[in-house]
Amino acid sequence: MNTILNDYADEVQAILARYPQDQKRSAVMPLIHLVQARDGYVTKQAMTEIAEIVGISVTDVASVVGFYTLYHEEKGGRYHLQVCTDLPCALRGADEFLAKLCENIGIKVGETTPDGVITIEEVTCLAGCHHAPMFQVQGDGAITYHENQSVDSALEIIAELRRKAAAQEAE
Amino acid sequence: MSHILLRHRDIPDIKELSVYRANGGFKAFQKAVTTMQPGDVVNEVKASGLRGRGGAGFPTGVKWSFLPGNLWPHYVVANADESEPGTFKDREILENNPYQFLEGLMIAAYAVGAQEAYVYLRGEFESIYRQLNACIARLEEAHLLGDQLFGTDVRLRIYTHLGAGAYICGEETALLESLEGKLGQPRLRPPFPAVAGLFNKPTVINNVETLTNLPPILEKGADWYKSLGTEKSPGVKIFCLSGCVQKPGNYELPLGTTFRELIYTWGGGLAEGRRIKGIMAAGASSNIIPADDRALDTPMDYESVQQNLGAPLGSASVIILDDSVNMAWLVAKTTHFFKHESCGKCTPCREGTFWMAHITERMMGGKASPEDIDLLKNVALQMQGKCLCALGEFSTMAVVSGIKHFRPDFEAAVRGGGKAK
Repeated sequence: MNTILNDYADEVQAILARYPQDQKRSAVMPLIHLVQARDGYVTKQAMTEIAEIVGISVTDVASVVGFYTLYHEEKGGRYHLQVCTDLPCALRGADEFLAKLCENIGIKVGETTPDGVITIEEVTCLAGCHHAPMFQVQGDGAITYHENQSVDSALEIIAELRRKAAAQEAE
Repeated sequence: MSHILLRHRDIPDIKELSVYRANGGFKAFQKAVTTMQPGDVVNEVKASGLRGRGGAGFPTGVKWSFLPGNLWPHYVVANADESEPGTFKDREILENNPYQFLEGLMIAAYAVGAQEAYVYLRGEFESIYRQLNACIARLEEAHLLGDQLFGTDVRLRIYTHLGAGAYICGEETALLESLEGKLGQPRLRPPFPAVAGLFNKPTVINNVETLTNLPPILEKGADWYKSLGTEKSPGVKIFCLSGCVQKPGNYELPLGTTFRELIYTWGGGLAEGRRIKGIMAAGASSNIIPADDRALDTPMDYESVQQNLGAPLGSASVIILDDSVNMAWLVAKTTHFFKHESCGKCTPCREGTFWMAHITERMMGGKASPEDIDLLKNVALQMQGKCLCALGEFSTMAVVSGIKHFRPDFEAAVRGGGKAK
């Protein structure tokens, strides 16, 4: 059974309708976004199902997943907290911000908190250079920007994300 | 002066369709569709002298006229992949003045006879993507998109496509590959996208800011537009000011405004006690320009920056560097960025960016020898002119200019003194 077609019949048709009928391959990126929003990462099973929908090989789907940084092949934290440390942000203290934030929550860049809620990542420019330090939170199928941050304000956001995750677990 | 592009700063609710329309919105598109031939629109935009705001500065109307009239369908793709470090102008337009951008895209589509247009957004702009989809749905409801627009035979649909994190997709042929569901890797040219672009059909790719200029140009005319800016670089530009300034942000100013005016009149100057040391005019892809009086008094237009300072204006992402910045540290940052973002398709860029990042890491780690400075420069020089797309070339700019103008910073780094910003 193709679980993507099963779970998202209307969404899949709407995605395919955006491209010419003989260009189904274009749907591969939106379909990966769709399945990652459901599962939190892209499983081998999902890649197989996407390959079936757009008519390309599983290897081709996997190569697309591997090429783009917002797709995750492994189960990370529920929320990916992605701090920009590129030049303009670094000129405004992004490196120190990231180091102190990691110290405060007790994990290194690339690691996930023991409760599985937060993965911290260092990313390249997010088009928020004038509001550094800044980061985005990727999770639950959405991306939210947080700008003009301090370590304290970031810790508050993390606490909020933990409450959100706990509330959803309880449901 | 009121804004031409960042109109939400004067009209706060302009992101609502009713407010945009109440302030003249979609009159330009209606005028084009009901009173002008597509060729007239191309000619008007050519006459305005508008040049591409994504970085290359190529005349927009001329770019449109390259599409062959005997190959159909034509496509227009809006490049909303804004990813250059130091650039955050398209994001402000898309978030706050989305209908003016969409109207510009619709005018471009009409001008080149496209019935379908795509907006390629970087994956991080996920919330903008949702908002833009809602805007497009409202335009369909209002019958500003769809079939038989304004009672004519003109039809147009706009689709959005969300990327997923890859700087290289701002390069127009990599963007097309990504839109076709492939890895974002540039194509060999020719053929150019104007002949064989999206789905192998004639395609125009325009930057968000470029497109946002179109409604006011059609509404007020080419002569009005040419009255702004300089003779060869007409109009206004959004300058993204970042780095070591008091008031970083977007500033919409006429092309030809000096660096000095941007930094000191608009940007509030530098922090107390700090001296300006360098300027990067086109984000991380820039040369590092020593910030002397000659540089500060240079008008920011496409010709003057190149002629006076030997650097492109690019997307006008102006990063200010003060005297606390060690340029070896800076180059370690930019080479790390380009190594991360190199798509891996061509060898000079894939290997070159790897080795430049490797050497600068060695410098910052206190493990470099004095010979490493020239080694770094040589790797950069060997890449120049040999890469498949501009990314590889851009990655060498800060390296070569940094070593040329600020060699003592690199010597200090090698001695172990370059760690501080």
